[in-house]
Amino acid sequence: MDLVLQLLFTGIGIGSVYALVALGFVLIFRATNVVNFAQGEFSMVAAFFMVMFSVKLGLPYWLAFIVSLIGMGVLGAVFNLAVYYPLRHRTYLPVIISTIGASILLANATLAIHGPEPEVLSGWFDTPGFLVGPVYLDSQYLLIIAVTALLVVLQYWFFEHTLLGKKLQATSQDKEMAALLGIPVALMIMVTFVYSAVIGGLAGILVAPVLFVSIHMGATIALKAFAATIIGGFGDVTGAIIGGLALGIIETFGAAYVSVPYKDGFAFLVLVAFLVFRPQGIFGERVAEKA
Amino acid sequence: MSTTATADAGAVRPRIRWGLPAYIVLVAAAIAFAVIAPKTGYILNISLQATTYAIAVLGLTVVLGLCGQINLAQAAFFGLGAYAVGLGQTDYGVNFWVCLLVGTGIAAMFGAILGASTLRLGGHYLAMVTISFQQIVTLVLINWIPVTKGPDGVRAIPRPVLFTDGSAYLALCIGVLGLLGYLVWRLRDTRLGRAMRAVRDNELAAGVAGIDVYRTKVTAFALSAMLGGIGGGLFAGGFAYVSPDQFSFAESVVFLTMVLLGGVASPIGAAIGTGLLIVLPEWLRFLKAIPGLYLAIYGAAVILIVLFMPDGIWGFVRSRLDRFKRPSAVVAVPPLQLAGGGTGAETVLEARDLSKHFGGLKAVDEVDIAVRRGGVHALIGPNGSGKTTTLNVLSGLYKATSGGIILNGRDITTLPPHARTAAGMGRTFQNIRLFRSMTALENVTVGAERPGGPVSGDAAAVVERARAALAFVGLEHRADEVVAGFSYGHQRAIEIARALASDPVLLLLDEPGAGLNSSEKVELRDLLKRISARGLTIMIIDHDMTLVTEVAHHITVLNFGRRIADGTPADVLAHPDVIAAYLGTAPDAAA
Repeated sequence: MDLVLQLLFTGIGIGSVYALVALGFVLIFRATNVVNFAQGEFSMVAAFFMVMFSVKLGLPYWLAFIVSLIGMGVLGAVFNLAVYYPLRHRTYLPVIISTIGASILLANATLAIHGPEPEVLSGWFDTPGFLVGPVYLDSQYLLIIAVTALLVVLQYWFFEHTLLGKKLQATSQDKEMAALLGIPVALMIMVTFVYSAVIGGLAGILVAPVLFVSIHMGATIALKAFAATIIGGFGDVTGAIIGGLALGIIETFGAAYVSVPYKDGFAFLVLVAFLVFRPQGIFGERVAEKA
Repeated sequence: MSTTATADAGAVRPRIRWGLPAYIVLVAAAIAFAVIAPKTGYILNISLQATTYAIAVLGLTVVLGLCGQINLAQAAFFGLGAYAVGLGQTDYGVNFWVCLLVGTGIAAMFGAILGASTLRLGGHYLAMVTISFQQIVTLVLINWIPVTKGPDGVRAIPRPVLFTDGSAYLALCIGVLGLLGYLVWRLRDTRLGRAMRAVRDNELAAGVAGIDVYRTKVTAFALSAMLGGIGGGLFAGGFAYVSPDQFSFAESVVFLTMVLLGGVASPIGAAIGTGLLIVLPEWLRFLKAIPGLYLAIYGAAVILIVLFMPDGIWGFVRSRLDRFKRPSAVVAVPPLQLAGGGTGAETVLEARDLSKHFGGLKAVDEVDIAVRRGGVHALIGPNGSGKTTTLNVLSGLYKATSGGIILNGRDITTLPPHARTAAGMGRTFQNIRLFRSMTALENVTVGAERPGGPVSGDAAAVVERARAALAFVGLEHRADEVVAGFSYGHQRAIEIARALASDPVLLLLDEPGAGLNSSEKVELRDLLKRISARGLTIMIIDHDMTLVTEVAHHITVLNFGRRIADGTPADVLAHPDVIAAYLGTAPDAAA
């Protein structure tokens, strides 16, 4: 029983990271109808920013954190201008291919600049964690869970109760109509990319102390997060969060009770199972193209 | 499809006539060169890699170029073929050829399973699922040590008898590539190839034109995986050693870059892309000194190609060469035969209590329609009255919420669109849906090929029928032009010709007059009268009352999803409910 609780905690922690990255997926998908295959690389790049500013340049942790997130915002803007925006009138296929190209570029440019050695990033708190009853609560995992919960609440408030949020929603539902109503669609898409890069980066920085910082972390996280969005129901924010948490838990228990080397395979098996039996996910929206 | 059939279909494209002998000479020369020319081990390895990779890249030409579906696991399929040849020979002592066959089969099987489970969904799913599959294959290759030997890989993989020498083996690989390249080249103009291209250009229209969209996509995917498997199997024999890192996601991306760079539309593009990306990096070896730089450039290249050279190198060259293409001579064609549904019961189509609800909205509400054989039946009503929804339910794009549809005595209520087309339904769309990158003739040929049609299965007759249908709408002299270049009115005519070519029992026309200018409308009216004079039953939706009253024998009026009138034009147009629906109720004298 103690082990189960312990695993549950870890699962929710790691699942929160997937949920954060999945949120980035969902936001860009809703704004542009395109899946951004470089979403995971945002997390990886942010983690390397953090290593650069905090470990290499010796900035205080909080300052390095802020500078890294600003850097991610800039990256999101550049990404939009170079990878998505010129292709906005083409079908989804060139855009997918273009974001895949960007993902490879980001991962390998980081490798070329930094080199292949993985880095270790310390956590936010000095106290590594504490025991509550039989369960050891890792402080970084607690932080991850707290930040994710906070972001979800903030995001809900932002989309439902602010004008900018409403404009973003309008853009994602019908770009032409939004443009006719005077909403600057290009700017809204830009905001979406910047915001998605920042929360993707946030996820990367938060998870970095738990994993190693390596150029491979982006691809792994992105695949899991994508699986999470499918499990939750594509384009659904709540679904992405529940899907992410579910996946984190499944994976942690799978590694503990089934097999460690195949830990990364569970996500894909769950993904395929969902695609076959319930492609619309838990909070199913339509998946078919409109006639 | 038999060889004679494809040769006849080739007659439509005259340049193939000199193309084939030239191609055979080229491949023979390459084989001879591979055998005779002295070469270092280094050159041999590069050549072997380029040849086997090119086979796998051909797979992407099929799935991405012809069918428009993404496959990011080509390296996994390549690996399945390679491990089958490696493990099969070393661990199980099975003959090379048997191993190659089994490996190809395994790859094709996984391709079909993967495709079957995701191809009903959008392209994003396919992209992610293929990446996932790629990751799983890599995981299994590394971790299932008792079978795959793990990260160490499989060593000392033998080559088949007669081909143990490097040069001979290279010649074999070139021969296989030459053969497969030829098949992929010809695939384009076969029925399957046309179906794939139709699916790529417009899935909805492909279904309505009688193509089983799902099966076409799964077939394309399985073929792609199969070519990956063959390439991988030959690769294993060529290098005698395989390990998991040779078949990673990065390699799938390399395959993708190759096909994009060369041009997805043609096997020539696949060969160009593969050749360049194998040879170029060898010249740029210094890049490999810095890990990552090499792949970073690959990634940037992918973005740049998509942005600036969407058709790849060969696509670019082709567009220059096409300027010199002679227009093909107009062939005399026999007049278009229309069976008009033949004889049978007086009612061709009967819809009973047909309903379609979207959530709480009753877009179509218990509508009865009976279309009489040989007549023109008009379905009219104000905007939003449910006309197009009715048509979509009739042609199978929407599932009916309740009610039944009988076409020519057969219940088609639950059939998918392509099966309804096979049963004799033909239709056009309000917003024209043609296969935009295909020629007028190819578009109409897809219609003529409908299963159950008068000429289905006979390639020559299919093309002749397509020409006849084009001639019927007066466009046979422009048969070989790509439809995107036609005027709006002519595109409409081609869409009608596509439906006519399938010799439907019933032709559904969704606002054929929409967007046409007055002279085009006169042409359309004449066309409709000519079609009707051939005995074909037509059901038409249109807002143009002049057009409707001139051609229709019978009118059904919808308003708010309900049928409010039904009968002869004179009766219906005098009906008070119809006048009210169109013009509003007459004001009370007192008011």
